[in-house]
Amino acid sequence: MTLVQVVALAALAAAARFSGSLERPAVRTWILCLSSALVLFLLQPVTGVRQLDYWLPLGTLLMCAAVWFITRPAAQGLAREDTVTATAVAALCIAVSLTRYLAPELRFSTGRAPPSEIVALVLAIFAGLMALTLRHKGRDLGSLPAVLAVLALFILLKTDALATLAGSAVRGLTGQDTTLASSSDLRWLGFSYIAFRLLHALFEFRNGKMPALTLREFLAWVIFFPALVAGPIDRAARFSQDLRAPLAPADADLRAGIGRIASGLAKKFVVADSLALFCLNEMNAAQVNSTVWLWILLYAYALRLYLDFSGYTDLAIGIGNLFGVRLPENFNAPYLKPNLTQFWNSWHMSLAQWFRAHFFNPATRALRASPRNLPPALIILITQLATMLLIGAWHGLSAGFLIWGFWHGAGLFVHNRWAEWMRPRMAALAPTPRTAHVLQVAGAVLTFHYVALGWVWFAIASPQLSWSVMLRLWALA
Amino acid sequence: MTTNPTVQLQRAGARTLARLLLKTGVLFLILNLVFAWSNPLPALGRISAYNNLLPGRTRLPYGENPARAYNLSLYSLPAMLASHELAAAPVPVPASEFRVIVIGDSSVWGYLLPSADTLTAQLNRSNTTMPDGRLLRAYNLGYPVMSLTKDLLLLDMARSFTPDLVVWCVTLESFPTDKQLFPPLLQNNPDAVRALAARYALRTAVDDARFVQRDFLARTLLGQRRNLADLLRLQLYAPLWAATAIDQEIPETYVRRMEDLPADLTFAGFTPGTLTQQDLAFDVLAAGFEAARPAELLLVNEPMFVSAGANSNLRYNFFYPRWAYDQYRSWLADAARENNWRYVDWWDAVAAAEFTDSAVHMSPAGTGQLANKLAAAIIAAAASPH
Repeated sequence: MTLVQVVALAALAAAARFSGSLERPAVRTWILCLSSALVLFLLQPVTGVRQLDYWLPLGTLLMCAAVWFITRPAAQGLAREDTVTATAVAALCIAVSLTRYLAPELRFSTGRAPPSEIVALVLAIFAGLMALTLRHKGRDLGSLPAVLAVLALFILLKTDALATLAGSAVRGLTGQDTTLASSSDLRWLGFSYIAFRLLHALFEFRNGKMPALTLREFLAWVIFFPALVAGPIDRAARFSQDLRAPLAPADADLRAGIGRIASGLAKKFVVADSLALFCLNEMNAAQVNSTVWLWILLYAYALRLYLDFSGYTDLAIGIGNLFGVRLPENFNAPYLKPNLTQFWNSWHMSLAQWFRAHFFNPATRALRASPRNLPPALIILITQLATMLLIGAWHGLSAGFLIWGFWHGAGLFVHNRWAEWMRPRMAALAPTPRTAHVLQVAGAVLTFHYVALGWVWFAIASPQLSWSVMLRLWALA
Repeated sequence: MTTNPTVQLQRAGARTLARLLLKTGVLFLILNLVFAWSNPLPALGRISAYNNLLPGRTRLPYGENPARAYNLSLYSLPAMLASHELAAAPVPVPASEFRVIVIGDSSVWGYLLPSADTLTAQLNRSNTTMPDGRLLRAYNLGYPVMSLTKDLLLLDMARSFTPDLVVWCVTLESFPTDKQLFPPLLQNNPDAVRALAARYALRTAVDDARFVQRDFLARTLLGQRRNLADLLRLQLYAPLWAATAIDQEIPETYVRRMEDLPADLTFAGFTPGTLTQQDLAFDVLAAGFEAARPAELLLVNEPMFVSAGANSNLRYNFFYPRWAYDQYRSWLADAARENNWRYVDWWDAVAAAEFTDSAVHMSPAGTGQLANKLAAAIIAAAASPH
């Protein structure tokens, strides 16, 4: 998001809050649902494929509607409220497509939207399919295929070669030059976060824990615009509580919200964007030979990444506050943590919690219950490595991200074993508070450097170049 | 008056927001007024990480692709100079140093040349010793636009660094009077150019329409945000300059200078017989000699590509028809003789194969040839001052 977009959206949130229109939960949900749907279209980046900047946000809305359909309470029919919401969102989509006839600066989609009759036809076909499933009221309408479909789409978009192939196919469909296809053809606004919210809904539904949400509440949760670009990944149950609860005093929300927005703007647009000019990247990694300078660029990258990401989180939480929604924290001074386990409890917390809830814990339980009676250390190794590899893959299915995931998985395992080994010895040593403080600081320094070295794999797509940087960082090449 | 607590809280929130907006607005307004009134940009431009925390640049900031060149073009002359290694050069000049400042166009700046292969870099690498034992130390104040007035402006800035000799590399393309204010660097520094014009009685029109005149709004913080951001970006590229010594994106391939030329006899809108000496900025050239004093100035008619392709009987290269360039050389030689200027004409001193993408940009080897000739000319100048 640009600075102007952030300020405009924050102003929109403040105006809505102080117009008094958010007082009634129903109206608040309407505003959040429709404004987020509109922002989906407004913020979607232009892609190399004609009209895809309209179809991708529409695809997001249809995916959300389909998953909501699947995850509704099984015996429930279609309430009038949901029909009204579906009609309103469909009308909004058609209205956005109608702006194709306006001057580019007045359009609500970044490019020229497709003809409205085609949009209407697509919406009608989707509505027809959903209506057909109503006959099977009371049955799981396909949560497992939906999980697989979202995962397949996720893998497609996150794998460079597959995304390019898909881009080529879409270009073929629209009669565009397929030789120009690239993975950026399918730049889908917020898909990583939207997909994980949808997967969360599907998993919770399969576990019987998904709260009953109206379509409006569901959409407001999944596409809540402040959290569209960089999270956090909120849970449905927590988010819906906020939607239904009376608003906190506006004064308190305003103070908290404006403070977070100001902090986010400074972090993201002043410091992080400045550091971006000279932090480690693919190009300068190949040009810098000095060990000292490589460390400086790496520190700059580590700081930039944190400030950029946590700045976006501050903006999301701040704008959320203005709407009376308390998004979860995503960062808690991660670079000051004395060990890697605590680092991962304070870095991109909502993603880590998502993986903990939906992969790590179930996988650990399954391995513990395994008749093979695996040793605990092996279970920890398998689950931590697998979890971190998946977190790496979430950023992109490339060697660099997977090695970064392995780096952290291995680090977490080593720390786990070290902590187990040290626990009785530390108890016996009974260190003084001063010694404990020194150990904490030493641990924080060591952890930060381990994390920073991990960023080398993250920042540079080519593992060969990353390895060369690693060697140069230690003056070994 | 309502007693509904929700409404009261709502109103309290609205009041807080209104107060916040009012305070922010007033503060913003005051800041803008103070900025417009005090014009702190030149002072801010002098605050530099270069030469203080990190090494200075060996040539002036100029960049078409900042993200890849770690360099950018900006209009702040104080910031440009503060980022240059010359800004850290000791004054007075140490007894062991023979200080030479080289000014000129992109061929001096070193277009398509790494910073280690520019004319001044090769001069410095030659470790040339003057007859009195001093070591030649050359500074590159070339800038990649063609205008003698731009060269004069930079020379004027460099005077305070008390060079022993100024080398001014020129070519006809920098001479047309109506091209003098073409560079945006000049258009955006109208006061400095007007001061030059007044000091040296130049023919530059003080009210030229190309000068960028900033109204009050354009002088506020809001109006100057782009220039302010440029100052910051220049500082932020300092670490990568220090770490890589890269200050220009040099593509692996580029379009070579044109060998086969159009059958066109015009130069800058002039046809044979219409160009007069008044159409060329000899007044600026004379001002340069005056500005360099007490240092001597060595004027160099810089080497250029001489084509042997189609229509080379009409033109030397893409820039020049033969008639215009021959006339220019003749006038330049006459002016040097009449004014007793130290002048060398090296128009064909470098082989055609050593020119890269234009008629004046040379390869490292071509630049090396020029550096060797220049070193000898500098020694000669030092041995027999005018």
